Amino acid sequence: MDHKRVTLFAGHYGSGKTNIAVNYALLLSREGRRTAIADLDIVNPYFRTKDSASELAEAGVDLISPRFANSNVDLPALPAEAYRLVEDRSLYAVMDIGGDDRGAYALGRYTPFLLEEGGYRMAFVANPYRPLTRTPEEALEVMREIEAAGGLPFTAIVNNANLAHETTPETVLSALPYMEKLSELSGLPVWMTSAEEHVAVELEGKVPGLLAMKLQAKYFDLPEQGRPWDAGPAAGHQPNDGPRPPKAGPLFG
Amino acid sequence: MAERVLMKGNEAIAEAAIRAGCRHYFGYPITPQTEVAAYMAKKMPRIGGVFLQAESEIASINMVYGAAAAGFRVMTSSSSPGISLKSEGLSYIAGSDVPAFVVNVQRGGPGLGGIQPSQSDYFQSTKGGGHGDYRNIVLAPASVQEMASLTVRGFNLADKYRMTAMILADGTIGQMMEPITFEDAQVETCDKPWALTGTGMQRRHNIVNSLYLQPDELERKNFERYERYRTVEENEVLYEAYRMEDAEICVVAFGIASRVAKNAVAKARQEGIKAGLIRPITLWPFPSSALRQAADQVKAFVSVELNMGQMIEDIRLAIECTRPVSLCCRVGGMIPSPDQVLASIQAAAGCRDGRLPEGQMTSPAQKGVN
Repeated sequence: MDHKRVTLFAGHYGSGKTNIAVNYALLLSREGRRTAIADLDIVNPYFRTKDSASELAEAGVDLISPRFANSNVDLPALPAEAYRLVEDRSLYAVMDIGGDDRGAYALGRYTPFLLEEGGYRMAFVANPYRPLTRTPEEALEVMREIEAAGGLPFTAIVNNANLAHETTPETVLSALPYMEKLSELSGLPVWMTSAEEHVAVELEGKVPGLLAMKLQAKYFDLPEQGRPWDAGPAAGHQPNDGPRPPKAGPLFG
Repeated sequence: MAERVLMKGNEAIAEAAIRAGCRHYFGYPITPQTEVAAYMAKKMPRIGGVFLQAESEIASINMVYGAAAAGFRVMTSSSSPGISLKSEGLSYIAGSDVPAFVVNVQRGGPGLGGIQPSQSDYFQSTKGGGHGDYRNIVLAPASVQEMASLTVRGFNLADKYRMTAMILADGTIGQMMEPITFEDAQVETCDKPWALTGTGMQRRHNIVNSLYLQPDELERKNFERYERYRTVEENEVLYEAYRMEDAEICVVAFGIASRVAKNAVAKARQEGIKAGLIRPITLWPFPSSALRQAADQVKAFVSVELNMGQMIEDIRLAIECTRPVSLCCRVGGMIPSPDQVLASIQAAAGCRDGRLPEGQMTSPAQKGVN
């Protein structure tokens, strides 16, 4: 998988952008790059990049997120610090954009910088199992809406076909014709395929640009869903941590 | 295998409503249920339905009242403060005996509160909310699949009993994503001879109204309505029992709290404590007889709620206070950890005092067992 200096993840809400952005930033950092990630989601007050703050900090990834993320304040304001990602060309930057065209409006202020520098990748995260992007044609429509809102054309596609904890290698593989069609319609390459670690293991050599993702176990994943709370990292709200958002299911955008 | 889609709880409600035949949605946006409206806004125009964002919650519930009176399958959705605003309309809908489907994706309160999940509208939804003697059928989903299934069921029940069926969910289930199918959706419709559909000069006109000028007539209406409510109580109770066969401690929890509770019950079992879970799926009608039966078997009950202790009153009523019932709760958008619930189970079983290790948050209500 090749990397650009700035990588942006956008797409339909709930397509999995945040998990991919976090895991991709961790990968860049693991491979020795100075990495920063910015949460530019002004739409959804839940399931933020900040949920992974401790993992990112441990890996040495700089996290830039709205000051009120994960609180009760539903305030669509972006931190000024996010400009660092476009101004400091010595670092690798990952930008997590909000869902749909509404989320992509926030991208507009960075677009001139990105276009001027040129070395960016704008990745469209696609999951055919989401209800409003069931066909490549519907996905293309969302793609065009996002481009119009953010003023930045997509350059790549991410295959994030998944059914949360029910995902099998077959779930991902059976989405390949969808991705090929989307690639044909948009003229963009499928650059990455993302899947949770245990699924990714079985996909090696079968899909392009495999990103094996670690997802947090949630303490209301049910025992029968195979992700019981005590199998994952320390579960439960930390008392002095301020309010935290609800969490569920492995993939959110 | 049934076709699976990955949906948010809020989207599942919207899609299920459409499949149940709902073609009229009136709402006003509020976090954390906005996806219901957003989904409807996208889908309704494509299928010849009506999506209307009203100027307020009060306007939207009255639009629901109007469309329901005309015999349509109609819905609105909101979150806690918005449901308070709709309460007057809910009372009129009850007083007029028209079917409506209402969704409350709860957030922390009271007042404007916060946007994180809560279950503190239990009293409001099960005991009325608006004025007058009336009931709502209250359905409490604990998964995205149930958001869909109970929505279809809610529309069926509303029509069948000519009353409001309400989904009482919370911010977590509204926002979380799980794979689901719509194939189990069984849409049942019934005739609505009372509806305002135009007489065509063929019959006497129908009247939908909640005003009665004669007190004896109003009393009779109330009596009739409560006869109907009794049928609902007899026929429509739903609950899930988990590991109750030999349980000595019965945990009672609904919605998202029941998922945490289930993990805690599994953990308690590993420690040799015979714990079980009763999860009310209908909060009204409440599964009183199931709890009464459990009281013959268990030593104590633990109510796990995201409020300061509301359902616990119905548990005590159901078991006629024959067993101790303790409360394990978090509020304001916080969710108890399985460890907190486990500590309550251990305390109820007499293993320890119910307090968590130093530094871990517990609620004032949980300090000691009653």
